[in-house]
Amino acid sequence: MTQQPSNLSATSAAAGVSPAVLAELRSIMGERGLLTAPVDLRTYECDGLTNFRVMPQAVVLAESAAQVQAVVRLCHRERIPFVARGAGTGLSGGALPVADGIVISLTRMNRILEVDLENARVVVEPGVINADVTSRIAAAGFFYAPDPSSQSVCTVGGNVAENSGGLHCLKYGFTTTHVVGLEVILPDGQLVHLGGSALDPPGYDLLGVFVGSEGTLGIATRITLRIVKRAQCVQTLLAAFNGTNDAGAAVSAIIAAGLYPAAMEMMDRLAIEASEAAVHANYPPCGGLLLVEMDGATAEVEANVEQVEALCRSHGAWEIRRAKTAAERTLIWKGRKAAFAAMGRISPDYIVQDGVIPRTRLPEIMDEIATLSDEAGLRVANVFHAGDGNLHPLVLYDARVPGQEAAAERLASRILELCIEKGGSITGEHGVGEEKKFMMSKMFAEPDLETMQRVRCAFDPLHLSNPTKIFPRPRLCGEKGGKYAPHPLETAGVAERF
Amino acid sequence: MSTQTAPPLLSGPELGERLRALAGVDAVRPAAAGDAIGGVSAQWVVEPHSDRDAASLLRFATEAGLSVIPRGGGSKLSWGNPPQRADLLLCTLGLHRIVEHTWADMTVTVEAGCTIAELQRALAKHRQRLAVDPLWPERATVGGILSTNDTGALRLSYGGLRDLVIGLTLVLPDGTIAKSGGKVVKNVAGYDLPKLATGALGTLGVITQAIFRVHPLPAGTQTLQLQPAGLPGMQRTILDLLNSDLPCAQMQACLTSGAAPALYLGLEGTAAGLAAQEKTIRERMQPMPLSFATAEVWRARQDLWTPPKEGVYAAVAKLSVLPSKLMEVAAALDRLAQARQAQWRAVLQGTGIGWLRVEAAEPASAVELFREMRTAIESGGGSLTIAPLPPRSVAAELVNGGATALSAENAIDFWGGAGDALPLMAAVKRQFDPQRTLNPGRFVGGI
Ligand SMILES: Cc1cc2nc3c(=O)[nH]c(=O)nc-3n(C[C@H](O)[C@H](O)[C@H](O)COP(=O)(O)OP(=O)(O)OC[C@H]3O[C@@H](n4cnc5c(N)ncnc54)[C@H](O)[C@@H]3O)c2cc1C
Repeated sequence: MTQQPSNLSATSAAAGVSPAVLAELRSIMGERGLLTAPVDLRTYECDGLTNFRVMPQAVVLAESAAQVQAVVRLCHRERIPFVARGAGTGLSGGALPVADGIVISLTRMNRILEVDLENARVVVEPGVINADVTSRIAAAGFFYAPDPSSQSVCTVGGNVAENSGGLHCLKYGFTTTHVVGLEVILPDGQLVHLGGSALDPPGYDLLGVFVGSEGTLGIATRITLRIVKRAQCVQTLLAAFNGTNDAGAAVSAIIAAGLYPAAMEMMDRLAIEASEAAVHANYPPCGGLLLVEMDGATAEVEANVEQVEALCRSHGAWEIRRAKTAAERTLIWKGRKAAFAAMGRISPDYIVQDGVIPRTRLPEIMDEIATLSDEAGLRVANVFHAGDGNLHPLVLYDARVPGQEAAAERLASRILELCIEKGGSITGEHGVGEEKKFMMSKMFAEPDLETMQRVRCAFDPLHLSNPTKIFPRPRLCGEKGGKYAPHPLETAGVAERF
Repeated sequence: MSTQTAPPLLSGPELGERLRALAGVDAVRPAAAGDAIGGVSAQWVVEPHSDRDAASLLRFATEAGLSVIPRGGGSKLSWGNPPQRADLLLCTLGLHRIVEHTWADMTVTVEAGCTIAELQRALAKHRQRLAVDPLWPERATVGGILSTNDTGALRLSYGGLRDLVIGLTLVLPDGTIAKSGGKVVKNVAGYDLPKLATGALGTLGVITQAIFRVHPLPAGTQTLQLQPAGLPGMQRTILDLLNSDLPCAQMQACLTSGAAPALYLGLEGTAAGLAAQEKTIRERMQPMPLSFATAEVWRARQDLWTPPKEGVYAAVAKLSVLPSKLMEVAAALDRLAQARQAQWRAVLQGTGIGWLRVEAAEPASAVELFREMRTAIESGGGSLTIAPLPPRSVAAELVNGGATALSAENAIDFWGGAGDALPLMAAVKRQFDPQRTLNPGRFVGGI
């Protein structure tokens, strides 16, 4: 995005980490656990959003909650900001370092600690790879439902911080639905437990707030997950339409019929072309491809799949294929999961966006995106979680052509504004991070943002934990809870609070 | 916390005048005896008709140092510890519109005072529902079930309110009107405040509007009754079913002291699907007796609040444990109840959440029993919270009154332990409600 990465300017006067503090970090982490050489730090200067880069002062490679706690305590004492990092696959700059701070990498904390199949609970360290959870329990017929396309590399800790979604969250819910307990190191170094292994522990649902807080409320060091038993029957089909509008109408019809697919994904012509070039899923060349998965009890699924097929046909599907084997199903999903990375096949550079709209507005936004794309002279490929209206427009450009990058960023922002105008959201699963924090004031009014920041002030009054993300402006926590605050409806859009 | 001294506390008619000026003449009435909360009487009842009015009232109350007790249908007003102070009852029933049911997007925007039954009737016009089965739906409101986090057996398949609420308008004690979440089911922009307010018992802000994701009404439903042998058999059957590939929408074990336990399964689907599921379950559960039951059995939880017979005192509590520990809890309850010559009933759900009722001739033994149960359950990582009979003013309508074992002399902390995050919870409370305007003292740890 085009906005100024504020932490770059904010930290030009970076105090840095003194040699004494570095020595203390070394004594906590040992020689193997601390990186300070620029060549080593470079690996950590960005996440999956590579156009934002900041070099941290140091990186610690934590191996235990005790180490994380000791490091955070030190940071708190010395007022050093820190940024947690999992696999660094985030797409909104969430793990972007702060120039005068350190990065706490959690990838070495990668043990699966407990598996309790009876109660469908698995306890993991934050650095465990998402797909490894399912691998561990698959033989017993269970799976871990949130399945981001990056699942073979991203960490559960990163998923918790971003409240990541996946293809199957239409039916099964997001990461937040599947996390029941957390051990967290708070920004002052205290260790607390949020949630538990049983549901509804007394008190505020701070677990629910922590999930999706993008590393701004502390560091998760131990995570209790809920796992799910595989359904008796799974049916996956793909349907080829002339365009995304026809496919979109089929999606609405499927929902209106009260059918409840586990996943419902859509790709447009350009996305199919790229994906085919990369992984050869053998998709039919068409203007709108719909992928639908139904699962549940066998008789139920059989009846429902018939109905889905009929609805697709009556909305113009000219080819429908059902996966006959597990291998065929995997191939269908492989093509979809590879879509982002596949853009490299058809364009030197691209921006991934993550807007959400109410599902029924799909046809109109597709037309508007097409118009914007024509006007800007830039191609936009579309991949989306059609079932829940989560769009991933991929704006293609060539950074070597002067002006194209800026034009692409403008186009991407404009698409998000359209999502807001239609009553949607600027992010469905990738998070606000560094990238979209200035869009937050377009989606929320100042009192809304100010209220969210009260939570941050309770967790992190000194703003040490990933301090520059999510919010366009930090709230000073010394500020009164607003005893004499002006009525927000009187001030909305008129006065600035800060 | 504020260091400013509160302005002199207004009271009586003078206060009534100020309230009328803020919210309108017909929105204010003096509190009656029936409006008392946990034995604490309030001065005035205010019923704002917009979130702006709610905001002005709250800001005024905070500035004047008055405490405010939010109230929806009143059915669970007795949940939570008695308030330390209660000046105003803020009734949400004036905010009862269904703002927008965008059925094709499967979301609904509804004001806090709308009853669940009314909401369900509106959603049913498009063959949809909010997938919850809370207590007293004709009386309970959207704001009330959110604040008390009350859902029933459907939670097994559709999740709790935290999984269904996608947007919220919260009016804070300083008059801030804060929206969070939104109208789309998938949204990670900003902190998830809808979850924070869910189950917060109105101690952070007053919910004035909520947005939910809704689900299609099932094509058909079927309830099955199983008769496992004894508590061990019951435990095994529950786990077998939970860990099978057969989807159950609802699952609850009904147990009564001295009687054989029964397990109920709620299935959803098409006629063909239901028949096939029933057949599979029958085959797999062989030779356990299996029969059909009516949907009435899902009222069993609500029936725990029916009034006890003359001379008997009753109390109800909610518990939460891992599903594998449910029958351990039942066995402990049976043992402790026998020692105290108390009767008990329990409705234990597949999620590990359950509801217990005890009856005793002495109120103290019922309360003591809960105390012992809490100790046992908490040591295993679970929790037990009290769920009192509805207050007398609304009890007649819901459960025909009844003698509760709980009283000022027979008090037990409503919540039990909140763990090592309690100081953090207190910090959150201070950020949202530094003057402790809302429901003071009613929540965990005296929040
Ligand atoms: C090809 C590709 C496909 C993708 N597909 C999807 C998709 O389908 N759905 C989806 O939702 N996302 C997707 N993503 C985005 C990304 O993979 C997810 O956001 C993922 O959850 C990030 O995990 P990570 O381990 O890489 O975290 P990182 O990128 O390292 O960190 C992400 C955020 O989490 C914080 N964090 C990390 N660990 C912790 C911790 N233990 N405690 C507190 N905070 C922590 C960081 O500070 C940062 O703010 C995709 C990314 C790529 C590159």
